[in-house]
Amino acid sequence: MANQVETIATDLPREKGAGMPRHHLIIFVVLAAALLVAPFLLYPIFLMKVLCFALFASAFNLLLGYGGLLSFGHAAYFGMASYVSAHAAKVWGLPPELAILCGTAIAAVLGLVFGALAIRRQGIYFAMVTLAFAQMVYFFSLQAPFTGGEDGIQAVPRGTLFGLFNLADPETLYFFVLAIFFFGILIIYRIIHSPFGQVLKAIRQNEPRAVSLGYRVNQYKLAVFVLSAALSGLAGATKAIVFQLASLTDVYWAMSGEVVLMTLLGGMGTVFGPMVGATIIVTMQNYLATLGDWVTIIQGLIFVVAVLLFREGVVGVLAKRFRKPL
Amino acid sequence: MFELIGIPPQALFGQLLLGLINGAFYAVLSLGLAVIFGLLNIINFTHGAQYMLGAFVAWMLLNYLGLGYWWALLLAPVIVGITGVILERTLIRRLYHLDHLYGLLLTFGLALIFTGVFKQLYGVSGLPYRAPELLSGGYNLGFMYLPNSRAFVILASVVVCFGTWFMIEKTKLGAYLRAATENPTLVSAFGINVPLLITLTYGFGVGLAAFAGVLAAPIYSVNPIMGENLIIVVFAVVVIGGMGSILGSILTGFGLGLVEGLTRVFYPEGSAVVVFVIMALVLLVKPAGLFGREI
Repeated sequence: MANQVETIATDLPREKGAGMPRHHLIIFVVLAAALLVAPFLLYPIFLMKVLCFALFASAFNLLLGYGGLLSFGHAAYFGMASYVSAHAAKVWGLPPELAILCGTAIAAVLGLVFGALAIRRQGIYFAMVTLAFAQMVYFFSLQAPFTGGEDGIQAVPRGTLFGLFNLADPETLYFFVLAIFFFGILIIYRIIHSPFGQVLKAIRQNEPRAVSLGYRVNQYKLAVFVLSAALSGLAGATKAIVFQLASLTDVYWAMSGEVVLMTLLGGMGTVFGPMVGATIIVTMQNYLATLGDWVTIIQGLIFVVAVLLFREGVVGVLAKRFRKPL
Repeated sequence: MFELIGIPPQALFGQLLLGLINGAFYAVLSLGLAVIFGLLNIINFTHGAQYMLGAFVAWMLLNYLGLGYWWALLLAPVIVGITGVILERTLIRRLYHLDHLYGLLLTFGLALIFTGVFKQLYGVSGLPYRAPELLSGGYNLGFMYLPNSRAFVILASVVVCFGTWFMIEKTKLGAYLRAATENPTLVSAFGINVPLLITLTYGFGVGLAAFAGVLAAPIYSVNPIMGENLIIVVFAVVVIGGMGSILGSILTGFGLGLVEGLTRVFYPEGSAVVVFVIMALVLLVKPAGLFGREI
């Protein structure tokens, strides 16, 4: 259908009982090996930023690439989770694992409320509704007493994981974040390749047909919305602990746009695309930070070029070339 | 002097007037969005940036060419409208055969570029723009003082909204437009140049945004991010109104401006979010919007 978001086919040639296809397994193993070595070669804080955004983009892609729903307000879940986890760690004195859980839970609840309302509209209206709700969260964060207004919540303690590992040590922190990242990514992978994921694909391709087959389409949409929001929250909460900061930047709508850009650039509807997209964008922002507003202009240009000429994204192009879903 | 529920009338009417002015901007901007959406099926995310461009063009006309407010009111919509025509011809046109989400993403990217360029050139602090002599005074209405410049905004917005409504609903050109919205293939079979119609419609919608920008220039300072947050409220207005009818977006725009003003009187903290709360309620009760048709 012409009016469907283009995504790369996610059909996997699967034998009965077979788990992950072999090329996916290889990519995951190489990725894991590279990420285990990386902190000894690159600046760990930068790597952790990449990991958080890669998880955020992957969670967003679960909704857009596999659910076919363009949310333009994912900053709400990412940002609100980062506020709550920062508050839990700093004011309530919770250990990092519980603080992150609190953030994730609040993102899931927020996703449930906003998702239930937003799925009443479709297409661009859906995008506008999610954007408007996110803006509501932004104004709430600007005015609520616990968020610290323009300053945000600063000097969040990193704490001691399970009372055993001191996260003040950057390397310990890195492996903690890496574990969260892989946990999130593997959950997303599992969701995509489950019967639930197959139904989502059917809904994305032809909603009336899925309805006529007896699927309660709205419940599936809401479920994937909540899952995506919760996993975005996981990424945001982790980021707050890593940077010891929760601020308005993370709830502002520019952040919602950024995660769309990461997904689009990497390849929506691919497993590895959002990670690649997040890596490119975070790296770019990191190294071009001194250019000021040029970064926004370059991001805008990337958007325009990606939409006009490069809709499959980096990984989408590779997938086509190797004729394998990536 | 009488008092209403403990609120001095000056404060109440003052906020209502401010609300009405905001509503005037919401109405013109959501009208522009509705016109563009009707024929192009694209939510023009660049609309906020084009509103900002209108204000900047007015400022440039004054500071570089010495052309004042009245000239700007006439020229800025045309100039910005032409840039819209160019965008439609070169970029947006390539996306019609795709999902409309790509239109949203493209226009979002364009908005980033415009905003970024003007931030880079002029900073974010804002440039002052003087209102013309003619609008400097004001009237004392007894219960409040009404500055001419603000009264003019409301007047101009009502005139433009009515004019657009009249053109679309009552003229032959409008009839073609409405027909092309329903069935472009059939309309082009009658010998009407639909692509040209689409281009001009986009230019016109963009012109409306720029017109609102010129109106805003003397009231708010001219700065690159003036459209950024406004446009999201306008999106909420569009969702509430439903974008099914031209009249609907005008009425919803003014109405929500007033509601916002009232909220500022009784519960100031809520004024920034009241529109979004109303949007949530409308979605619960009538998902297609107040004036919308269920598609």
